[in-house]
Amino acid sequence: MLDVQPTHDAGGAHAAGPDGDRQPLLAVEDLHVEFSTDAGTVRAVEGLSFSVDRGEVVAIVGESGSGKSVTALSIMRLLPARSGRVTRGRIAFDGRNLLDLDGEQMRQIRGRDISMIFQEPMTSLNPILQIGLQIMEPLQIHLGLDEAQARARAVELMRLVGIPDAERRLGQYPHQFSGGMRQRVMIAIGLACNPKLIIADEPTTALDVTIQAQILELMKDLSRKLDIALIVITHNLGIVARYADRVIVLYAARMAEQGPAEAIFHRPRHPYTMGLLRSVPRIDRPGGARLETIEGLPPSLAAPPSGCRFAPRCPYRIAGCDAQPPLVATDTGGLSACVRTAEIAAGSIAWARAAADAGAKAQVAADQPLLSVRGLTKHFVVSTGLLGRAGRVRAVEDVSFDVRPGETLGLVGESGCGKTTVGRLILRLEEPTSGAIRFEGRDLLRASEGELAAMRRKVQVIFQDPYSSLNPRMTVGQIVGEPLRVYDLAQGDAAVRARVGDLLGQVGLRAEMAVRYPHQLSGGQRQRVGIARALAMEPSFIVCDEAVSALDVSIQGQIINLLEDLQRAHGLSYLFIAHDLAVVRHISMRVVVMYLGRVMEVADRDALYREPLHPYTKLLLDAAPVPDPTVEKARAPRLITGELPSPLAPPEGCVFHTRCPLAGPECRQAVPPLREAKPGHHVACVKA
Amino acid sequence: MLAYAAKRILLMIPTLLGVAVLVFFMLRVVPGDVVEVKLRGDGGNVSQETIEMERRRLGLDKPLLAQFGDWMVGLVTLDFGKSMWTDRPVVEEIGTRLELSLQVAIMATIIAVLIAVPLGTFAALMRDTWVDYLARIVTIGGLAIPSFWFGMLVMLTLLGLFNWLPPITFTPLHVDPWTNLVQLIWPAMAVGYRYCAVVARMVRSSLLEVFNEDYIRTARAKGVYEKLVIVRHALRNALLPAITVIGLEFAFLIGGLVVTEQVFNLNGIGVLFVQSVSRNDFTLLQGLVMLVAAFYVVINLAVDLLYAVFDPRIRYR
Ligand SMILES: Nc1ncnc2c1ncn2[C@@H]1O[C@H](COP(=O)(O)OP(=O)(O)OP(=O)(O)O)[C@@H](O)[C@H]1O
Ligand code: SF4
Ligand code: SF4
Ligand SMILES: [Mg+2]
Repeated sequence: MLDVQPTHDAGGAHAAGPDGDRQPLLAVEDLHVEFSTDAGTVRAVEGLSFSVDRGEVVAIVGESGSGKSVTALSIMRLLPARSGRVTRGRIAFDGRNLLDLDGEQMRQIRGRDISMIFQEPMTSLNPILQIGLQIMEPLQIHLGLDEAQARARAVELMRLVGIPDAERRLGQYPHQFSGGMRQRVMIAIGLACNPKLIIADEPTTALDVTIQAQILELMKDLSRKLDIALIVITHNLGIVARYADRVIVLYAARMAEQGPAEAIFHRPRHPYTMGLLRSVPRIDRPGGARLETIEGLPPSLAAPPSGCRFAPRCPYRIAGCDAQPPLVATDTGGLSACVRTAEIAAGSIAWARAAADAGAKAQVAADQPLLSVRGLTKHFVVSTGLLGRAGRVRAVEDVSFDVRPGETLGLVGESGCGKTTVGRLILRLEEPTSGAIRFEGRDLLRASEGELAAMRRKVQVIFQDPYSSLNPRMTVGQIVGEPLRVYDLAQGDAAVRARVGDLLGQVGLRAEMAVRYPHQLSGGQRQRVGIARALAMEPSFIVCDEAVSALDVSIQGQIINLLEDLQRAHGLSYLFIAHDLAVVRHISMRVVVMYLGRVMEVADRDALYREPLHPYTKLLLDAAPVPDPTVEKARAPRLITGELPSPLAPPEGCVFHTRCPLAGPECRQAVPPLREAKPGHHVACVKA
Repeated sequence: MLAYAAKRILLMIPTLLGVAVLVFFMLRVVPGDVVEVKLRGDGGNVSQETIEMERRRLGLDKPLLAQFGDWMVGLVTLDFGKSMWTDRPVVEEIGTRLELSLQVAIMATIIAVLIAVPLGTFAALMRDTWVDYLARIVTIGGLAIPSFWFGMLVMLTLLGLFNWLPPITFTPLHVDPWTNLVQLIWPAMAVGYRYCAVVARMVRSSLLEVFNEDYIRTARAKGVYEKLVIVRHALRNALLPAITVIGLEFAFLIGGLVVTEQVFNLNGIGVLFVQSVSRNDFTLLQGLVMLVAAFYVVINLAVDLLYAVFDPRIRYR
């Protein structure tokens, strides 16, 4: 086996293949980046080496905090000047070491030869400057175009990235664009000067699946056409599988593995990569079985373990892992930082499966529904702007479904389709405009105060953002103990403390955590605290609103398993609201698909994913990439086009007809009713 | 935009009416009236009869509601009545002083903004260097030192260096610009210091905030010249909150310069305020309060409209 020093131009030699002698476009060598923080020095990137060839698509994956963005910002030399610095290494771009350039030389490269697309389309454009100006800026600065030329080119670029009516929209401002449109503008800016390299840091994370597919398709197309190299930073393995030629896996500031995409997905050689691939729920596979997860948390970069960074969580750990493992070449043409790479390649050690498969899903009592929603409608009256013209947002329109005891009902749809509002209506945080909500047979909208109070305890919620939903000035113990005191569920301090310890144990936290404050916990731990707080009230129904969306893949798997375990132990019912179709497939028993406030389809999980009947469901499923390069690369380009219409003026008739490939004149006539097309499978489409 | 402005202007009417009601009744709660101060003020022995006569002349003998009604009718017809002390129309009393106060306020604003914006910008750009520290000392001084005290310092310096004393009478700008400017530049600077300190700190902190925004990173990633990043991308966003501060300070300068006016021997709105309070000159006081309230309301509207001009999110939403 070949031992490769990390200081060598390691990746390039392998990936360049037949063109091995050609110089790579970008070669990062032994990059070290540090931040000074109040908590001491954080080594955000350590000894990272990789290269990117002309026209190549390289993906960088890794959990939050693993150093992906810092790597990108180091290449752009845009690290926060006051706290961050590159302490060692070379970044050779087109033969020049970027780290040696002065500010002005670097400025000339930015936007001209290397451009960057950022994660947050909502905040990455200047709110008070016209879109046109923002696109024209690099053209005028780098290419010296005059006003008229730059304007013409900006129109061209906007057409290229699929923004209709470009001339008029040049004069508009960012807030007049949707998230997807803003990201297209960012891409137009990135492409403006025909750069050689585009770095896209989570370019679609903030976008809906259908928009995400459009944007990625566009980026890939353009980079192929214009021979632009692309570094895509993401945590979505499906995206990696579809678009990347080569993959770099980072773990806690170091490279764990890199190699051709096919190899990384089908023959991973590093235990972390293997664990990562196992812990993602798959949209293309039936759910049901328990997710395998990587136990534990990533290490803190302020005080990382001395040997292999992954050792504390690695099922293959041996004595030799105490020393930092060198990068070794794998049999698949990549590199892996694991001492047992050869054994893994030989298949002589197997992945230690997580403890006994906990078996089938919880039992669903088929009789009476626990929660029953009928004709639920919510309109918000909004004033539009300075003139105070009032509009009516039809957030939820005639939604009906049942949740049975012990069941998980998934609720999916794009942002703004009304998922969260449905959850809030059930929680009575919002007054419905019309409709009925029955819980345990009682009508919540006509319930007395006393009945409502009892029901409030039984219906709990877990939010997306664990940070903002926990009071920062309360300790974990106080947060979890508060409902116990308010509802008098435990008498006396000792009893409360004991119950808090018990609840923390149930969600996999140690009892000592009770004295910590939310900011001292990781995202996954905070979400566990949120779950413990919900459990404290002994609920029978929990609304999980994007409960795992903000978490990293390995942590997400842990929380999903936890939710399923608790369901089994306490017979809980969940309304699981999410936009991630794979997660919903994994956890739900039945699924409701919403679009623009209306229910499009309701079916058993496997029936829905196997044979979706509604055109919207089909497109939604088609838009979500699966983490398998073989499947993805064989797949035809994505179909769905267009943007979500405004809920202020939803289309007449079938609300989906503006984007539906099957739409005909009859679809505009009337709203198609939800009808039972097959037993237990309801669909709202005239043609399905 | 125009419709919005019209609507806001209409909304000013109820606000001002509310102020009018409040000020009228609050003044009547205070014991004593102008007649007593005027006729018995220096211990003069004036017969009750004379006092009653004077009261009748000024309408102070009418029931409270009738007085209020008279005043309201006056307000609606823009007749603010006469000063109870001097018998000159309130409009005239205020008018001559307003010219002076307004001029001081405008000059102070110009001086403050011209200094504060560059000062705050450089402090933010050179954060934690000696420039920033110096700016910080200067601005903290501006906040900590009362304007009138600073004014006295200026006066004494002028007296010591040039043997200059503020003239007794006010020369309006249109009569003799030079004399006028020489007279008013010093008080304008004295109050401008504090003003400048407030604005500079605002500019610095909001600029530092804007520098952390994603769109600044985007601008740099595009290879935009650093100067352009600062002026076009950062400063324009950072100045929005400063507009609010400037507006509030300006409105304050119209009525709040009591001591500074005395120090510089100026007969402005502030001094008039004090006089009319000590004389229980209700009509004049009511007029003054209405003037200051109107200023606040108008400036608030102007700030909002300026916001709309600078910020398209407000303009088009
Ligand atoms: N400005 C900063 N000051 C201090 N530490 C920082 C700063 N920026 C990043 N870090 C630290 O550097 C490490 C790597 O961060 P980085 O942003 O590259 O993570 P990432 O892989 O992009 O994560 P994510 O998926 O959440 O975007 C983290 O430990 C982070 O806390
Ligand atoms: S070096 Fe050891 S601990 Fe690290 S990944 Fe390999 S087997 Fe696991
Ligand atoms: S009703 Fe018509 S427009 Fe609506 S989904 Fe069905 S085919 Fe498409
Ligand atoms: Mg990042």
